Amino acid sequence: MKIHEYQGKQLFRAAGVPVLEGIVATTPDEAAAAYDKLGGAIAVVKAQIHAGGRGKGTVIDDPKQHGVVLAKSADQAREAAAGLLGKKLVTIQTGPEGQTVNKVFVEAGCDIARELYLGIVLDRAAAKPVLMVSTEGGMEIETVAEETPELIFKEHFDPAVGLEAYQVRKLCKKLGITGAAAKAAAKFMPAMCRFYVDSDCELCEVNPLVITGDDQMIALDAKINFDNNALYRHPEYAELRDLGEEEPSEVRASNAGLSYVKLEGNIGCLVNGAGLAMSTMDIIKYHGGKPANFLDVGGGANTEQVTEAFQILLSDPNCKGVLVNIFGGIARCTTIAGAIIEASKTVGFTVPLVVRLEGTEVEEGRKMLADSDVDIINAVDITDAAKKIVAATGV
Amino acid sequence: MSILIDSNTKVICQGITGKAGTFHTLGCRDYGTQMVGGVTPGKGGQNVDGVPVFDTVEEAVNETGADATMIFVPPPFTADAILEALDAGIKVIAAITEGVPVIDMVRVYEKVRASDAVLIGPNCPGLITPGQCKIGIMPGYIHNPGKVGVMSRSGTLTYEAVWQTSALGLGQSTCVGLGGDPIVGTNYIDLLKRYQADDQTEAILMIGEIGGSAEEEAAAFVKEHVTKPVAAFIAGRTAPPGKRMGHAGAIISGGKGTATEKVAALEDAGIVVAPTPADMGQAVVDAMK
Repeated sequence: MKIHEYQGKQLFRAAGVPVLEGIVATTPDEAAAAYDKLGGAIAVVKAQIHAGGRGKGTVIDDPKQHGVVLAKSADQAREAAAGLLGKKLVTIQTGPEGQTVNKVFVEAGCDIARELYLGIVLDRAAAKPVLMVSTEGGMEIETVAEETPELIFKEHFDPAVGLEAYQVRKLCKKLGITGAAAKAAAKFMPAMCRFYVDSDCELCEVNPLVITGDDQMIALDAKINFDNNALYRHPEYAELRDLGEEEPSEVRASNAGLSYVKLEGNIGCLVNGAGLAMSTMDIIKYHGGKPANFLDVGGGANTEQVTEAFQILLSDPNCKGVLVNIFGGIARCTTIAGAIIEASKTVGFTVPLVVRLEGTEVEEGRKMLADSDVDIINAVDITDAAKKIVAATGV
Repeated sequence: MSILIDSNTKVICQGITGKAGTFHTLGCRDYGTQMVGGVTPGKGGQNVDGVPVFDTVEEAVNETGADATMIFVPPPFTADAILEALDAGIKVIAAITEGVPVIDMVRVYEKVRASDAVLIGPNCPGLITPGQCKIGIMPGYIHNPGKVGVMSRSGTLTYEAVWQTSALGLGQSTCVGLGGDPIVGTNYIDLLKRYQADDQTEAILMIGEIGGSAEEEAAAFVKEHVTKPVAAFIAGRTAPPGKRMGHAGAIISGGKGTATEKVAALEDAGIVVAPTPADMGQAVVDAMK
């Protein structure tokens, strides 16, 4: 689960991580009022969307309007907000269609002496969280990793203990941080690691992390993804979720307990199991088609879920055909066959349907489908299924 | 022989009185597994269709001599259940539960790796030595005793592979579902060592997916240390970056963990990579030529 920068900064402040004063605005007038309330000579108006690269990103049809704007007066703050609110911002992370800006964050300015990078992620190979810092603040960290990996410094830490003092000293040495700024780092970095663990983050990134002219260390950005599996420990996160930032069909699927990702193609896929669902997409592509989605109905799929799954697939205007690929293990083929028959009555199939069943109770399941009046193209194996759906959708 | 489990393995189920725990305990027993007991705190003294229930794993081990467990407890309690099994001296721990917070697994992983126990999962179908012992949720009947060691991060895709190798008459030595989470107790390399040392295993099929670098690390290990034929398949060639594909661990992040990189690493190590999921069995045949 992702949250907005302004929400992340509220959490940072509560965790003892220094951030600047800021106010959220949803109208240009609110942005102007926020500028006045902050009371400084400069403020920064920042588009709030669930994607990075906002500073370099631009608004569709208005290439001069960037996602992060410096304002030196209330009028400039109003103008910046007017140029962003309700518009679609395109960044390297949003894709060409962009994301609509519904809120801006008006934040106080500060005297920046240095811009650094700080990020905490799980290192899967080491099975530990890792703190990464870099001198290349403000850059895309993937680019830095690609071009100048020697400028990224890493320290793994034990979640129970947190970041040790010597680890901060090592990193400060490598970053060239001394004196009062090093003292600030000795508080900032462990607080960040503690926050990562206590909040069940999957990713916590501050880019840029700045050192001010008076040697303070401040989080100028906050990019946070939470571990969805740990949300039960944090019921308070529910109000941080912004459904407007998510694909509506994916929200609908997750509400039904389905694992669904919308894609650009035209062949809908309904599969049990994540690995088989991914491979089904792959084999469609291999035989010349394009999958419209990833969909795992899970091992315990019931008629309601399968019906909902069909409704989600068929509500995609791009969907020109559906491939059902089920390897019955615990999920029985008869259950799926029954659900297909039931769904055909409630949903009504308007596009070709190719079904491949294998595994537990397969003969009975195939017979149920054959005896029904649902119009189905039967397939004997995955290759056959992929070829038939590609042919049926006329690619 | 086989790896990890055989007909002598005595198995308990943690979470036996839950719906899934009961269903799969009986399913495993029907397959022929020695299901000697189960654990649900507070329900000691009861039984599930004749399988005795204990309050603690320690008690279950003392009473039954169990040396393996399958865990079906809900995600908030899974890490604790694994640690309890470890503490009681259980040697093979299969955590089936999906949805365990990853930070919990950081804590558990270190303790498991420091012990001589093996943790399979979490978020996995379990493991099976066909004809001898099934610990988990896979459909037993598709398996046949045979030559191929199958290891995989995915459930149904493993069934597909098993079904193909059975149809080709190869059969399986032991099949292990490693699990779809970012941190799992056992990785490919752990099993490659065991398959390499196992007389029954004549070939190895490795089924991977996008996310992380476990397949690349395994490829490097195969190149150096494995003399048996190895075939592989990677799911997710069409998966977009930054999107989680069902499994918590199946995500391309920061441009890393793509299928293309993995396939290249595997092929570089001389592993036969199946181009589609329909070719996994054939890839094993080709690797064995």
